[in-house]
Amino acid sequence: MPECPVCAAEPTISDDPVEGELLECEDCGVELEILALDPITLGEAPDAEEDWGE
Amino acid sequence: MRVGFLHSLIRKDEKLLIAELRGRSDVELVFLDDRKLAFDFRTVPDVDVVLERCINHSRAMHALRLFEGAGLDCVNRYEVSRRCGDKILTAASLRECGVPQPEARVAFTEASALEAIEELGYPVVLKPAVGSWGRLLSRINDRHAAETVLEHKAILGSYHHSIFFVQKYVEKGGRDIRAFVVGGDCVAAIYRSSEHWITNTARGGTASNCPVTSEIGELSLRAAEAVGGGVVAVDLFESDGGLLVNEVNYTMEFRNSIEATGVNIPERIVSYTVSPERAANR
Repeated sequence: MPECPVCAAEPTISDDPVEGELLECEDCGVELEILALDPITLGEAPDAEEDWGE
Repeated sequence: MRVGFLHSLIRKDEKLLIAELRGRSDVELVFLDDRKLAFDFRTVPDVDVVLERCINHSRAMHALRLFEGAGLDCVNRYEVSRRCGDKILTAASLRECGVPQPEARVAFTEASALEAIEELGYPVVLKPAVGSWGRLLSRINDRHAAETVLEHKAILGSYHHSIFFVQKYVEKGGRDIRAFVVGGDCVAAIYRSSEHWITNTARGGTASNCPVTSEIGELSLRAAEAVGGGVVAVDLFESDGGLLVNEVNYTMEFRNSIEATGVNIPERIVSYTVSPERAANR
């Protein structure tokens, strides 16, 4: 199981993960990004940038 | 059909679109992560259409320009991203098409911005031209606040923040309307309600269904047309003088609106994207 890089908990991964997917660590609350699928690797999601949005 | 999915971070909205694309037997999904792309102005991915879902406006706009310049069909089009990604360009497009919007001014110096604010009358809302989710909006109630905010933006911000976009504050009764336009249809709308004057759902506003009246539908389509059409979310204020178009968003978020409206918005977006009629009329 992939670990949260911040608290080493094992966050829940969706059934259909994709690279770049955002998720939240249920233990420490940090926002994570799926960096790779095989094996699933997690990293901290980047901070919001000025031109982020919709 | 090969659909290029232009993205960086994958939010719930993108997951819903990916699921919809994967569920179609005639679609081959090709991921185009903007963080991994490099452009030579000629070569394009081997796809039939690009569906843009970048989280960065600047990346989305430039990628669309480069893809279209090399002949690719994109949803939305570059020109739509350019007009919607900059609130000043949006306001200009709406104005040129006679679409009602809040009274606004643009100024390039602190002094001229202050003069414009005083002329509009308090309260006003100072907005960055590029930005989203209600970030860095300033509701300014008096001259002291105006002077302070203008000075801070001029000194602490990048040069973009010295392009001052000022709107007359519209009393909207604790809610605004977001209408979702896909091609030639206004497919759904929500009320965004909040006790705060900023009603974005990203800032805690709650979504509930808003019936698409003929007035909402027609004005939303006019606003969409003004920025070039496609897939856009139109934000509307209910003012004493009627509906006003506040903003138009071109990489619209819809995850909080599917349950509220009962409309499968990602299905509508994907159907529009892969539609032969849309491609033929581009």
